[in-house]
Amino acid sequence: MSVITPHRPQVRPGRDGFAQLVRAEWTKFRTVRGWVIGTVAGALLIIGLGALTGANSHCSFAPVTPQNPNPAPRPCPAPPAGPGGEWVSDSFYFVHQPLAGNGSITVRATSLTGMYSTHGGLAPRPNPLAGMKTGVQPWTKAGILIKAGTAQGSAYAAMMVTGRHGVRMQWNFTHDTPGLAGKVSAGSPRWLRLIRSGDVIKGYDSADHTHWTLVGTAALPGLPATAQAGLFAAAPGYSVTSTSLGGSSAVGGPTLATATFDQVSHQGTWPAGRWTGEPVGGRIDVALPPSVQGFTQAGNRVTVSGSGDIAPLAGTDAGSHAVRQTLAGVFAGLIAMVVIGVMFMTAEYRRGLIRTTLVASPRRGRVLAAKAVVLGGITFVTGLVATAVAIPLGEHLLRQNGNPIFPLPGLTVLRIVVGTAALLAVAAVLALGVGTLLRRSAAAVTAVIAGIVLPYLLAVLGGVLPVGAEEWLVRLTPAAAFAIQQASPAYPQVRATYTPATGYFPLAPWAGLAVLCAWTALALAAAAYVLRRRDA
Amino acid sequence: MTALAVDRSAREAWGTGVRDALHAEWTKLRTVAGPGWLLLAATGLTVAVGAVAANTVTCPAVGCQVDPAKVSLTGIYLSQAIVAIVAVTWVSGEYSTGMIRLTLTAVPHRWPVLAAKATVTCAATLAAGAIAVLVSVLVGRLLLYRHGITPAHGFEALSLGSGPVLRAAIGSVLYLALIALLGTGMAAAVRDSAASIGIVLGLLYLFPIVTSLVSDQNAQRHLNQISPMTAGLYIQATTNLRSLPLTPRQGLGVLAAWAAGALLAGGVLLSLRDA
Repeated sequence: MSVITPHRPQVRPGRDGFAQLVRAEWTKFRTVRGWVIGTVAGALLIIGLGALTGANSHCSFAPVTPQNPNPAPRPCPAPPAGPGGEWVSDSFYFVHQPLAGNGSITVRATSLTGMYSTHGGLAPRPNPLAGMKTGVQPWTKAGILIKAGTAQGSAYAAMMVTGRHGVRMQWNFTHDTPGLAGKVSAGSPRWLRLIRSGDVIKGYDSADHTHWTLVGTAALPGLPATAQAGLFAAAPGYSVTSTSLGGSSAVGGPTLATATFDQVSHQGTWPAGRWTGEPVGGRIDVALPPSVQGFTQAGNRVTVSGSGDIAPLAGTDAGSHAVRQTLAGVFAGLIAMVVIGVMFMTAEYRRGLIRTTLVASPRRGRVLAAKAVVLGGITFVTGLVATAVAIPLGEHLLRQNGNPIFPLPGLTVLRIVVGTAALLAVAAVLALGVGTLLRRSAAAVTAVIAGIVLPYLLAVLGGVLPVGAEEWLVRLTPAAAFAIQQASPAYPQVRATYTPATGYFPLAPWAGLAVLCAWTALALAAAAYVLRRRDA
Repeated sequence: MTALAVDRSAREAWGTGVRDALHAEWTKLRTVAGPGWLLLAATGLTVAVGAVAANTVTCPAVGCQVDPAKVSLTGIYLSQAIVAIVAVTWVSGEYSTGMIRLTLTAVPHRWPVLAAKATVTCAATLAAGAIAVLVSVLVGRLLLYRHGITPAHGFEALSLGSGPVLRAAIGSVLYLALIALLGTGMAAAVRDSAASIGIVLGLLYLFPIVTSLVSDQNAQRHLNQISPMTAGLYIQATTNLRSLPLTPRQGLGVLAAWAAGALLAGGVLLSLRDA
């Protein structure tokens, strides 16, 4: 009697290993013509729409002068850049004299008043201030200043009293630290002091000239031996934007700040021995004409009137708009990736292939994971290539059309490129999860698009929703991920429109992307659970 | 003689084709659960979103620029997506189940099938849209009045008796119906649910985003003039009509052109292609 062993084919080890699953899914993806075409089309849409936006955005500048009433348009000039490279507004009235080497300046500020125009401009000469209202803006500022020179954008450190934010020390445009709170008046004057020693400037304030507090220490590398030091006044433009459903309207105009300082004293070497007044500022800044800015001196009491601002540009002026323009196509690419992500699963149900897939690999969670890996990998690489092409191409077109391009730091560009690719990949995986849950292509695609693109659209269009609702939309919905594209920071010391429509998001870049990741994790977990419980 | 007879029978077949196809589509619509629920959801969402929008209206002291009709009909932004699902799946769903082969065997002429499908989804959308818009306007009237959008502040009460508001209301219903036609045509051309809904929603939502990033006023104007959603929704505007690049009726016409183009493409491809 012999035992006949039936022939059993050699089972290759690890046949249903994860690597094999990934390979199987990769084979499916690459052999379905529609998905490959869709991926390429998505990449081309990202590049093409970015180029379209760049090609349709011109900027020209033609200053009319009495000598040249019909000037030829020239490319828009770039705003002055601060020591850190950021675009800045640097125009104010400066009462200064050279300070050779180390030294200090101390003043007592006794009043800060202002005027503002609500009708968008100034009255005609000879009285340009007619019709302006009295009042200071929150960030109207006046005080003492040590600056490398009178050129716009040069390094500085300043102690100042402000309209509504107390005493501040600010330096090199982006730095801002608070000092004494409260408004300045003759009854509660503010003492301000700046001490230079080498490249370091320290700012102090005091309410009584006896008790001094160090407000901040500014390191200004490369500050020349002889700097310009003195008093200044600046008032940023008045603007009130009322956004209501159906549109937003802005009213605003130039402003003027007038500050009185007495007990002006200084130590160190001040070779000139007298104050010189000068409006620092270029043609780009919206400021009052030099005729209404100026200073008066009586003994050691100085009154300074000035307009303009010493601050980084923010909001729509910050120069980050160009990057957003070059990435206009990301939404189209996103829709393509979402469609592919949904189909990667629903097509299996439609054709019945899911049964074969699940017979071949009964562990269903791993099938889903393999699909997510393949889909995420493909969409990430596609997004990376498309974004890396779209940004330089779009910027080239924008530059050709006369738009000044803000030179973003390399790390920021890297974050935007990698982050946008990650956004596309994670959104595709989210679509895969939703597709698994719903098993219906149309409903799944709509759900994901309504979750990502529609909230962004409603937040960006402006005037469709009130501002508060807009912010919550881009905080809670998957659309929060677009925060990864924010190119310039929001400065609390600059009043500007920080809304999704101008490219500012309430969440930090990676936190925004994390919101999308959380939604995706949720969808995948639910999908894995349902896939395991349901018949195929 | 013979030729004439053939011709007549062909024409008869065409006529019965449309009638039978319509009857068949109506039976499907009646007995399939999906579209009914989706249209109900679309109606509910239109009203809900409109109510939320109307409830958040704030009027600052300086110049209030609220368009009451537009605010109370904000819900259309969302519900159009659901109408698009209904229309797209009404065609593409038959392709995914293979039902289309049966449908085309029963009615061999392709154009009557498409016409019947378009008519039925369009009619269902018109009915749902009419209810949604009517309730939205009534709710909006109530809520906006509470938020100071009153005749005392220079606003006319939101009433269907006023010409522009009536135009906005009827126009919004027609807008949804045109979205349904656009979806039907696109699905007939593309056949796949995911791809066709992606293209329809892309056409609707992408134009405004790209437009907002273009800085040339002229290019913006042109993009708005051809954008199916932006131009189509001009029909809802009752204030500041002069600032629009098209009149409200022309705007709806732009969407109608997109829908006609999609239907034409769908019909031609359906006739040329195997099912």
